[in-house]
Amino acid sequence: MNKLDAVKALMSVVGERDLLVCCNGMIGRELWTVKDRPSNFYMIGSMGLALSIGTGLALAQPKRRIFVLDGDGNVLMGMSALASAASEAPPNLIHVVLDNQTHASTGGQRTISGEVKLESVASAVGYRATHRADTVEALTASLLAALAQPGPVMVLGVVEGGTIKGIGRVEPTPPQLAARFAAEARR
Amino acid sequence: MSHGSGKSHAPEFVAALKEAGFNFFAGVPCSLLKGLVSLLDRDAEAHYISATREDSAIGMAFGASLGGKLPMVLMQNSGLGVSVNALASLTVMYEVPTLLVISWRGEGGNDAPEHLLMGEIMLPILDLLKIPHRVLDAREPMGPQVRWARDLLASTSKPVALIAPAGVLE
Repeated sequence: MNKLDAVKALMSVVGERDLLVCCNGMIGRELWTVKDRPSNFYMIGSMGLALSIGTGLALAQPKRRIFVLDGDGNVLMGMSALASAASEAPPNLIHVVLDNQTHASTGGQRTISGEVKLESVASAVGYRATHRADTVEALTASLLAALAQPGPVMVLGVVEGGTIKGIGRVEPTPPQLAARFAAEARR
Repeated sequence: MSHGSGKSHAPEFVAALKEAGFNFFAGVPCSLLKGLVSLLDRDAEAHYISATREDSAIGMAFGASLGGKLPMVLMQNSGLGVSVNALASLTVMYEVPTLLVISWRGEGGNDAPEHLLMGEIMLPILDLLKIPHRVLDAREPMGPQVRWARDLLASTSKPVALIAPAGVLE
């Protein structure tokens, strides 16, 4: 599955009131290119922490649905945060992982997600449901199923490696990104 | 390493935190903070999150802050080492307030070997990160010390650290 198509599939199920926390790396730039909105938070540094941010946000805003858009490198780096998400168990948290088995933004070096099934880790630490999807159709179906399941739920999409030409860079300054997102999150 | 009379100021500190508006608590414990952790952990209203790593606690606090909470993260100063990138490229960079309560193992070079270097370089690390800090003084009431931190968080929208030497919050 093409990664941009996967991001488009995600954005087709993210609702207007839903909040989205996106990890650093190419995924953030792809999200920015596919569909920027003030309710997207772009974590441009602090690799590995998107899920922790999403967990704290989900606990602070229990009436909002929180999506975390993550990559395999981020999940592997911040793996203990899966345990915290499962332990705190915010029902409003959907953890979407696009797994290309590479660190795309640093030149496509391999990660170890080919050997370590991330949705199995999520299941082992206590996520309430997990999905693995290899096609855009399956990813969309998994995301729609996740909407009806109490979280935390992981939806893992297997995507192609490589970088995509023509994608943009997140433009606002970090304080601007935080401020516009916080205004949406508290609305 | 003893400061003050030996009586824990943890109850007074927790009351001061709540009075100042802190309402999201996460961290990784330290023996020097055991009184504080114990009080928070049995306080259902505080909903203390026992984090796996200090940088993850900082991430959760960051998310909670975006969602409207006023967060506090507690840790041993060893955890400050774990947290340097989270502070530099998340909390400080995005200008999102978080109170850090950091214990001071290794203060004065009198501690187990693993704490000596971090005990010596903790305050310079905070200075390099441009994080304002203040060492808690057991001889003074906790309320004004917590309010100092809270007011700085509000005016700067950046993290602020309160340092807990041995004895104060045990």
